[in-house]
Amino acid sequence: MTGPSTDPRAAASAPPKRRGTEAALLGFAVVITVVAQCIVDLTITGSVRPELATFGLWISGLWLAAHLVVRRWAPYADPLLLPAVAVLVGLGLAVIHRLDLAGEQVNGAATHEDAPVQLIWATLGVALFIGFLVLVRDHRTLSRYAYTLALVGLGLLAMPALLPASISEVNGAKIWIRLAGFSIQPGEFAKICLVVFFAAYLVDKRDVLALASRKVAGLELPRGRDLGPVLLAWVLSILVLVFERDLGSSLLLFGIFVVMLYIATERASWLVIGMVLFAGGASVAYQVFGHVRDRVDVWLDPFAYANGMGYQLTQSLFGLGTGGLFGAGLGGGRPDKVPVAKSDFIASAIGEELGLFGLVAVIVIYLVLVERGLRTSLVVRDAFGKLLAAGLAFAVAWQVFVVLGGVTGLLPLTGLTTPFLAYGGSSLVANFVLVAVLVRISDAARRPAAPHPAPQPRLGDAPTEIVKQ
Amino acid sequence: MNAPLRRVAISVLVLFTLLILNVNYIQVVRSDELRTNRGNTRQLAEEYSRQRGSIVVAGNDIAKSVRTNDQLAYLRQYPQSGLYGPVTGYYSLVYGSSGLERAENDVLTGSDPRLFVRRLADLFTGRDPAGGDVVLTLDPAVQKAAMDGLKGVTGAVVALDPSTGKVLALASTPTYDPNPLSTHDPAAIRAYARKLAAQQPDPRLNQAIDERYSPGSVFKVVVAAAALSTGKYTPQTKVPAPNRLKLPDSSKQLENFNGESCNGGADQSLLDALTISCNTAFAQLGITLGEDKVRSMAEAFGIDGSKGGFDMPLHVSASTIGAIDGDAQLGTSSIGQQDVQLTPMEGAMIAAAVANQGTLMKPYLVDSIQAPDLTVVDRTKPEELGRPVSPEVAGQLTDMMTSVVARGTGRKAQIQGVQVAGKTGTAQNSATDHAWFIGFAPAGHAKIAVAVFIKNGGATGGDLSAPLARQVMQAYLDGHGG
Repeated sequence: MTGPSTDPRAAASAPPKRRGTEAALLGFAVVITVVAQCIVDLTITGSVRPELATFGLWISGLWLAAHLVVRRWAPYADPLLLPAVAVLVGLGLAVIHRLDLAGEQVNGAATHEDAPVQLIWATLGVALFIGFLVLVRDHRTLSRYAYTLALVGLGLLAMPALLPASISEVNGAKIWIRLAGFSIQPGEFAKICLVVFFAAYLVDKRDVLALASRKVAGLELPRGRDLGPVLLAWVLSILVLVFERDLGSSLLLFGIFVVMLYIATERASWLVIGMVLFAGGASVAYQVFGHVRDRVDVWLDPFAYANGMGYQLTQSLFGLGTGGLFGAGLGGGRPDKVPVAKSDFIASAIGEELGLFGLVAVIVIYLVLVERGLRTSLVVRDAFGKLLAAGLAFAVAWQVFVVLGGVTGLLPLTGLTTPFLAYGGSSLVANFVLVAVLVRISDAARRPAAPHPAPQPRLGDAPTEIVKQ
Repeated sequence: MNAPLRRVAISVLVLFTLLILNVNYIQVVRSDELRTNRGNTRQLAEEYSRQRGSIVVAGNDIAKSVRTNDQLAYLRQYPQSGLYGPVTGYYSLVYGSSGLERAENDVLTGSDPRLFVRRLADLFTGRDPAGGDVVLTLDPAVQKAAMDGLKGVTGAVVALDPSTGKVLALASTPTYDPNPLSTHDPAAIRAYARKLAAQQPDPRLNQAIDERYSPGSVFKVVVAAAALSTGKYTPQTKVPAPNRLKLPDSSKQLENFNGESCNGGADQSLLDALTISCNTAFAQLGITLGEDKVRSMAEAFGIDGSKGGFDMPLHVSASTIGAIDGDAQLGTSSIGQQDVQLTPMEGAMIAAAVANQGTLMKPYLVDSIQAPDLTVVDRTKPEELGRPVSPEVAGQLTDMMTSVVARGTGRKAQIQGVQVAGKTGTAQNSATDHAWFIGFAPAGHAKIAVAVFIKNGGATGGDLSAPLARQVMQAYLDGHGG
């Protein structure tokens, strides 16, 4: 196993580490975060709250700690990953605070505030981020625990379905564990565990899965008996849909698996098979499940259901339309008119108050995050790292696409959270871990090769051998 | 694995591009549609959360916003209920706004650029932003006289200050109470609206400016103006006034009112022809003058359908003389039948132009705009629309119209001690006749010009509309040293 900063000679000829860039960008993110808070306070209450100084120091401390840890334990890491996260988290905190204030205006002063809670979650997220980078010095270690993580992931995924609805059900979706005032969505963590498992498993089996049997219409179809894994993933997704009524996670898991399968095997036929399975599952779900049908109906014509089940979406569209190009300004709109604006619909709050420019900026920041992740995947030398980075980056992309597409009426609503922006501890903390893994892999990707490199394993080699190096 | 990775990277780019395109579509292309969608209460809540400005007549608020305890912070009230309904319009949660509430919305909400400096000041001083007030030109006594006089009929009264174009009264019946339409209770609003919609005509239509009707003999003033303006006619010029006029290229014969004779079939002076409202004389006169002269004079008075009317700031529908196909139609058009269609506002404008030495002033309803602290930020300047006739011709027309009231069809418009000029109109239509009267007083130095219109009045303009015109003018002159 190669530890951090191994050889001084390698470092001398190394590519720039760009830690200065990261520090500067993080500073910029802190400025945006604090200024956004000031604007919210000034617009809504007319004065900046005194606790904002503490908040500014706190958030600066968080990113400083994360940066220093990256500097020490992942010095070659991609310099854009952490700042992109910092901007999103900061913006999310500002919008959540803004919606807290809106709630106070409507309900009187004494409502509980979500923004400080979110800050705690962010702190916990950074702590896990740091912990991961310090403890896991080589991402390949993870593949050793692939099957354990698979079990943990499935367990987390299944837990809400097995628990009584009083603990696990919120607004019709059984995806929660609510205990002692805390509520977590284990699915967010399951996602990461399963991506790690998928990566390890696919690296192991990809030669077999890439075997072709027949050629149909220019497409090399896999052997029938190799359909097992994809069918399993499909069944798993259907089970999530049936027992947890969670359209989003179901779509997310299946999408991630199929794309990772495609990357691992380089066989486009898997994409086609995936789409056929998806189409089949989707049409059956539409026929059988009322909640799926409702979502689709609302998506097709939200205004027909404007006073009922389409209320949320139409209010979101109204907010976006009212925001227009430049938006009403932070604190100037009425994003609180959209139910659950803090979590699922935070993007529509951003679109309303920061306008088209603000919302597109957010989308572009996500794009930067995802493309840096995919770039990491391109550059990293080991197959497991490649597949893991690609899976995680695609998971973020897919989730953002599905959520923002839902909120803006491009796709049916699914109920996934907006990574880093939305209020919700599980999502935030889980995504911090996700980025920690990406940072860890990107460090390995950009780290100059050791002077006497061990012979690179052929692409087809099993991951167990890589780990044994 | 790099080839599929690159493809995935590109696919992600495509997906995000889709997102961005869709957001552009929502926030730019559909922005206005979504912003103004009925279900979008954002702007409404925003509007209601600020004190909307008042609409003011002679120092009294005829529309004002008062603080409430419900979620929409302010309630719109109309203290005089139906009296100013045709002017203020309503301000409704369900139906949006109409009338001045709509036309002057920017001022009332405070977003008008003329109030910009105030708003900026409010921003810095931390005062709650409020809308500006709209002060009207209306005279409460004249408006009341007009609305009282129209009670029970469908009709309109417009009164103008001829020298400036100020609208002194804008009355339309049936009227309605804007209050129930402007409550915060959507069910009550809808119930009242249903009641209004069931009436015939819908009281929300402003008969004075939205609707157009055949003017009948009122239009003879325009034909007379065209004749006098040629220089070939004076009020004393004798014109043919047969008992029956055979219309050229037509089998139809044109008769006088009730088949009466004008002057026993002999020629008659223009003055006398107008005084007794001789149909055959004016039909023949119009034919003699030709379509061009009649049409261009009508246009000069503002009867120009092609221009689509004007805003004062309430929109006034365009009056028109319609298409004239041949001399037969020209003859009937010249006595205000055929396709001639005037708004009552246009009738008042004809009277006002004659009263103002031939100069037509643009009617206006808003005298000034006031900031929330009652300082005047803008005052409407009178604007000349044109000079349809010379002062000489205007003087001749005034003499002729004075004769109408002194000894002709308009005798019921006479006011003790004041010379009144006017012209009656009794317009045939598919139902019972419309009764018109336009006029002004005092004749030499007019202070007020009016048009009175009563739809399907069932009697002549002289019998039905002239007395109401008298009351309306009297109300103004009493208050202004007439």
